[in-house]
Amino acid sequence: MTFDEIVALLDTKASGKTSVIEGKTVISVSPENWSEISAILKNESKLNFDYLMCISAYDKGDNKVYGAAYNFYSTVNNHYLEVRVEIEDGISIPSVVELWKAADWHEREAYDMMGLKFEGHPDLKRILLSDDWEGYPLRKNYKEPDYYHGLPVPKDKSYWD
Amino acid sequence: MEANLVDKSVIETGEMVLNMGPQHPSTHGVLRLKIHTDGEIVSQIEPVIGYLHRCFEKHCEKLSYEQIVPFTDRCDYLASMHMDHAYSIAVEKLLDIELPDRVEYIRVIIAELQRIASHLVAVGTFGLDVGAITPFTWTIRDRERVLDLFETLCGARLLYNYIWPGGVSHDLPPKFIERTLDFLDYFDPQIDELNNLLTTNKIFIERTADVGILPPEVGINFGVSGPSLRGSGVNFDLRKNEPYSIYSKFDFDVPVGKGEMGTIGDTWDRYYVRVLEMRESAKIIRQACAELPGGDVHAALPKKIRPNAGEVYGRYESARGDVGFYIMSNGKNIPMRVKMRSPAFCNLSVLSEISEGWMISDVIAILGSLDIVLGEIDR
Repeated sequence: MTFDEIVALLDTKASGKTSVIEGKTVISVSPENWSEISAILKNESKLNFDYLMCISAYDKGDNKVYGAAYNFYSTVNNHYLEVRVEIEDGISIPSVVELWKAADWHEREAYDMMGLKFEGHPDLKRILLSDDWEGYPLRKNYKEPDYYHGLPVPKDKSYWD
Repeated sequence: MEANLVDKSVIETGEMVLNMGPQHPSTHGVLRLKIHTDGEIVSQIEPVIGYLHRCFEKHCEKLSYEQIVPFTDRCDYLASMHMDHAYSIAVEKLLDIELPDRVEYIRVIIAELQRIASHLVAVGTFGLDVGAITPFTWTIRDRERVLDLFETLCGARLLYNYIWPGGVSHDLPPKFIERTLDFLDYFDPQIDELNNLLTTNKIFIERTADVGILPPEVGINFGVSGPSLRGSGVNFDLRKNEPYSIYSKFDFDVPVGKGEMGTIGDTWDRYYVRVLEMRESAKIIRQACAELPGGDVHAALPKKIRPNAGEVYGRYESARGDVGFYIMSNGKNIPMRVKMRSPAFCNLSVLSEISEGWMISDVIAILGSLDIVLGEIDR
């Protein structure tokens, strides 16, 4: 299916709950509707998005809006879809682990790096950084700490010289 | 003698947690596995990753597009060319530039040589994991030949910085094609030797066939890709399904697991798919070498990379599976966000699922058959 056909089908199944981002082939979904839409994407036989490729968390840079971009692929129908769920800081996104197990580690990584919270995730904890890390490093307003466990963190070459 | 010296009611037979790694030779890098076992039977595995985390994605937000290539090199250090190629394809998609034919052919030759080198390490270390030491030395010997070719190409043996967005850093050195064909003539019989030594070895089959079966629907649900998914009989290869570069011009097959020694999707199948893929790669290289056109490899190299605002998701079939680069640009010469979808990351996440119910020694075989590279998982 082409992008337009997918959008038309989603409109008939859940009208008004998805919108197309202007000038892009990307669908935007609000966090309240995401559980419903994700179930349609997975279970509707014409869509059948069975392969969740990637979840990319991103920061708009205004200290307020964060988002997750989901890239889907259907191994049966050979089509793609990118869906974005944008939130304001502190609001959580419904987890899609129940539908795609691949989301488990990707959501943990989004939490670890960008501080996005996923409601309903079975075990939302840090994955790449250590458990006692403070802050979310991929946020644009992240400040590198001066000390880690009492040790000074070298920030430029002068530390070695 | 008293029959019941031990009062069995006080012996605890509960679950035990066994720690494997991070410094363990069979975990292929610094990976720690928390294995929950009942006696010798594994009930659950919690992989603990992140020991090699080098903030790749954060670095990308401080560097211009050209400067990122050496960092992508260091993600998957066994198949650096694939990472550079994947990243370059994503950036070229963002810039919307056409490449000269010669560049595409060179890239395909190099990428397939790299696939052979990477699979040689994969099958060699897999044999090593289950106790076959000799095949490892043989595969490493053959891999050296590929690395020698790469050394003549760009001076480096492991981290190349060769494929750039818009082209490649140098044209092929003199006699490179002849040397490549010489290598392939040497290499084809070596695969038969490997099959005699390892693939059809009875002990090897006993250790790997019917072990750690990955059903295709579970693999797809977990986002497993590459030879690990094809071992389960799923015919899914981006070079065929969604041909990037010039792969649609070449005639090659996609090997899938058939369960010849046991069940479809066991560790033996995943291993054997890699062996067969090396033959297919050799086939592609021969075709590409025969048709290699002339031209300037620097013709399409952009002077300055400054894409318009927008985003792109580029996919690429690396030696480990489906690499994705999600690049968001805000119109500057520095990307706003680079996210790498690591195939080994997703492949490792399925470990707990397929190891359940197997012995601890089988976990080593299952982990080896997934062919993970920690540099790419941790980024």
